[in-house]
Amino acid sequence: MDLTVIWAFIIAFAVFAYVVMDGFDLGIGILFPTFKPGRERDRAMNSIAPVWDGNETWLVLGGGGLFAAFPLAYAVILPATYPLIIAMLLGLVFRGVAFEYRWRDPGHQKFWDMAFTGGSFVAALAQGMTLGALLQGIDVVDRAYAGSWFDWLTPYTLLTGLGTVAGYALLGAAWLIWKLDGEEQAHARKLAIRWGAATIVLMGAVSVYNVLLNADYAARWLSAPEIYYVAPVPILTAVVALSMLRAILKERNSKPFWLGIALFFLGMSGLGVTIWPYAVPESVTIWEAAAPYRSQAFMLVGVALTLPLILAYTAWAYWVFRGKVADEGYH
Amino acid sequence: MFENLDALLLARIQFAFTVSFHFFFPAFSIGLASYLMVLEGRWLKTGKSVYLDLFKYWLKIFAIAFAMGVVSGIVMSYQFGTNWSVFSDKAGPVIGPLMAYEVLTAFFLEAGFLGVMLFGMNKVGKKLHFFATFMVALGTFVSAFWILSVNSWMQTPTGYEIGANGQFLPGPSWWDIVFNPSFPYRLVHTVMAAYLTTAFVVGAVGAWHLLKDRANPHARKMFSMAMWMAAIVTPAQIFAGDMHGLNTLEHQPAKVMAMEGHYQSHPDGAPLILFGIPDSEAKTVRYAIEIPKMSSLILKHDLNAPLAGLDTVPDDLEPPVPMLFWSFRIMVGIGFAMLGIGLWSLWGRVRGKLYDMPWLHRAAVLMGPSGFAAVLAGWITTEVGRQPFVIYGLLRTADAASPLDAPAVAASLLAFIIVYFTVFGIGVWYILKLMGKPPQAGEYGVKRGDVGPIRTAGITPGPTQNPGGAETLPTEAPADREPV
Repeated sequence: MDLTVIWAFIIAFAVFAYVVMDGFDLGIGILFPTFKPGRERDRAMNSIAPVWDGNETWLVLGGGGLFAAFPLAYAVILPATYPLIIAMLLGLVFRGVAFEYRWRDPGHQKFWDMAFTGGSFVAALAQGMTLGALLQGIDVVDRAYAGSWFDWLTPYTLLTGLGTVAGYALLGAAWLIWKLDGEEQAHARKLAIRWGAATIVLMGAVSVYNVLLNADYAARWLSAPEIYYVAPVPILTAVVALSMLRAILKERNSKPFWLGIALFFLGMSGLGVTIWPYAVPESVTIWEAAAPYRSQAFMLVGVALTLPLILAYTAWAYWVFRGKVADEGYH
Repeated sequence: MFENLDALLLARIQFAFTVSFHFFFPAFSIGLASYLMVLEGRWLKTGKSVYLDLFKYWLKIFAIAFAMGVVSGIVMSYQFGTNWSVFSDKAGPVIGPLMAYEVLTAFFLEAGFLGVMLFGMNKVGKKLHFFATFMVALGTFVSAFWILSVNSWMQTPTGYEIGANGQFLPGPSWWDIVFNPSFPYRLVHTVMAAYLTTAFVVGAVGAWHLLKDRANPHARKMFSMAMWMAAIVTPAQIFAGDMHGLNTLEHQPAKVMAMEGHYQSHPDGAPLILFGIPDSEAKTVRYAIEIPKMSSLILKHDLNAPLAGLDTVPDDLEPPVPMLFWSFRIMVGIGFAMLGIGLWSLWGRVRGKLYDMPWLHRAAVLMGPSGFAAVLAGWITTEVGRQPFVIYGLLRTADAASPLDAPAVAASLLAFIIVYFTVFGIGVWYILKLMGKPPQAGEYGVKRGDVGPIRTAGITPGPTQNPGGAETLPTEAPADREPV
C-alpha cells in the first residue's frame, strides 16, 4: 500500500487523538469560570492534572509528524496561519503553567485560574480557526505561502473557531460528568446539555457553509454517486448527537463522554472526506507534500514499534487515576 | 520597538530568544530527573527516609520546571514551520523523522509516566512508582539524544542527497544521518553539562541550608551528593569538551578560529589568546594577553604546528568573532571554576570537614546558577559558530526563513518576550521559594487541593518519623500556607 496514504492516516489519527484528549482538558479550562472557587475547581483541575501533559504530546506528534511526513504542507500551513499558531502557543503556555502555579501561590490563585481559562479559550479558538483557514484554501506559489498575514481571518474561520470552542467545552463537561459526583456532577450535566446543543448547531452551520464555500466540496457531498458513499456520515452524526443528549439527560456516567468522542470522530471523518486528497486544499496534494519513501519508511518502523506501547502506557496512566476524583486530590 | 529591523533579523532574534529560554529547562530537568531516580533508588535500596524526603523536596521543584519545559518546548516544535518554512521544506525529509522519533520515544514516555511519578505513589506501589520515575528520566535522556542528533546534523551534515526540487533527502543509510560526525561529542558534552547544571543547583541549595544549619542531615546529604558530581563529572566534562573542540576543528574550522580569535594564520605555532578585545574591522584582537604557541599545542598537540586563521575564510562566510570569542571564554571559565569547587570539596571531604566549611558553602551558593550560564554560553558558541549557515556549508540562514511580513514577526517576538519573562520569571520565583525552605523529615510531595481556600489554616504537621510511609504523611506543611 502507498506509504503516503498510510502517513495521511497516521497524522489524521494523531490530530484526532489530540483533539479529543486535549479537547477535554481545554474544555475544562473554558468552563472553569462557571465552577465555584474551592472544591469544584480543585476537583475539576485534579481530574486532568495527571494526564494533561500526555494529552498535549499528541499536538507535538501532529505537528512533528506533519513536518516529517509532509514537510511542504508544514512549511505552507504554518506561515499562512502565523498569528493563529503564535496565539495558540502562547495560550498553551498560560494554560500549562497554570496547572502548577495555581497550587504554588494561593494568594494569586484567582489570577492563575483566569490564565487557565484565557489560555484554554485562545488555544481552542486558534485551533478551530486554523482548521477553517486550511479548509477555505491557502495561496501557494512556488512551494511557499503567497498570501498576506491576515488572510485567515474570515467569518468562516470565526465559525469554525467557535465550533471548536463549543465542542471542547462539551467534551470537558462530559469528562466531568464521569469524574465527579454529587452537586458538581449535576452542574457538569447542565453544562454538557448547553454546550452539546451549541456544538451540534455549530457543526451543522460549518457543514452548510462548507458546501456553499467551494463548488468542489459541494460536488463531493451532494452529487451522485458520491452522495451514496458519504451520506452515512451526516446521518450517523445526527444519530450520535441525539443519543449523546439523551445519555446526558438520562444521567449516564461515562456514556456522554464516549458519545462526545464519537461525535468528534464523525466530524473529523467528514473533514477527511472534504479535504481528500489534498494536504493543503486545492493547492498541494498529499503526494506533492510527502517526504520521500526512505523518510516515510524509516518513521513507519518507529510508529509500528512505539505507538502500541504509547497507547498501552497511556491507557495504564488513565487506569491508575480511574474513578471519581477524591476530595483531597492526589498525594 | 522593532520598526527598523527586517523580518529575517527579527526571526533570528525570535528563535534565539525562544530556544535560549527553552534550553534552561531541559538543561535542568534532564539532570534533575536522573537525580530523582537516584534518590528514589537509594531510598528503595537502603530504606533511609532522608532519600525519600529529598525525593519529595525536589519533586515539587521538578514539577514546576518540567511544566515550563513542556510549554516552551511546544513553541520550539512549531517555530521551524512558522518562521523557517524554507528550512522546513528543504530539510524536513532528513531531520523531520529524527524529530518524530523524539516525540515517539521520548516525549510520550516522559509525559505518559509523569502523572504517575508526581501523583501516583500511593496508587501504584513503590516498585512501579520507581519504574515511572525511571521512565521519565529515560525520556529526558532519549529526548536529548534525538534533538542533539538533529542539531549535530545541521552542524556536520552527512548521509544526505540533494533532490531535483532542492530538498535534502535521506541517503541509503539513516545511521550516517543520526550518527553524523559531531553527534557523539555533542551528546556527551551536552548531557554532562545538564548533569553538572543540576548538580550545582542542588549543591547550592544544600550549601544554603548548611549555612543556616550545618547539622541539617538533608542539607548535608544533598550537598555531599552534589559535590561528588562536581568532583567527578567536571574533569570528565573538561576532557569531553576538549574532544568536542578537536572534532569541531576538523569539521568546522572557522568556528574554532573565531573562538580562538585567530584572525590571521600562524604558520609556525599559534598563540593561545587568553583575553583581549576582538576587532573584526581591523581583524585583530586588541590588548591581547596570550601564551605563545599554546593554541597549537592544545589543538594540534605540537608547539610549532601551523594553524590557519580567518584570513583563509571569505569574509561573508565568517561567523561573528566577538560573540564566539566571549561566549567560549565564559563557558571555559565557568568549567574551571566548577573544577575548583569540586577539588575544594574533595579536600574538605578528605579532612572530614565538608559540612564545616562556610566559605566552600558560600562559593557553592554563588556557583548555583553557573551551569545555566555555561550551557547558554556553550550553546551560543556552537550555534552562532555555525553562521552564516543554518545547515553548515549548504544552506544559509538568510535563505531559510518564512515569507513573513516584518510586522508579523515583530509582534510575535514582542509577545514572546513579554510572556516568557513574566510567566517563566514567576515560575523561577516559585522554584526559588521552594528552595528557600529547608528540606525536612516527613517532607510532603506534590499535592493538589489542600492549599485551596476551602481548607482552614492551622493544621500542624503530624508525626514525622515514618520512613516508608507516604500514606501517612502530614496533610499539610505549614510553610506552604503563607499567602503571598
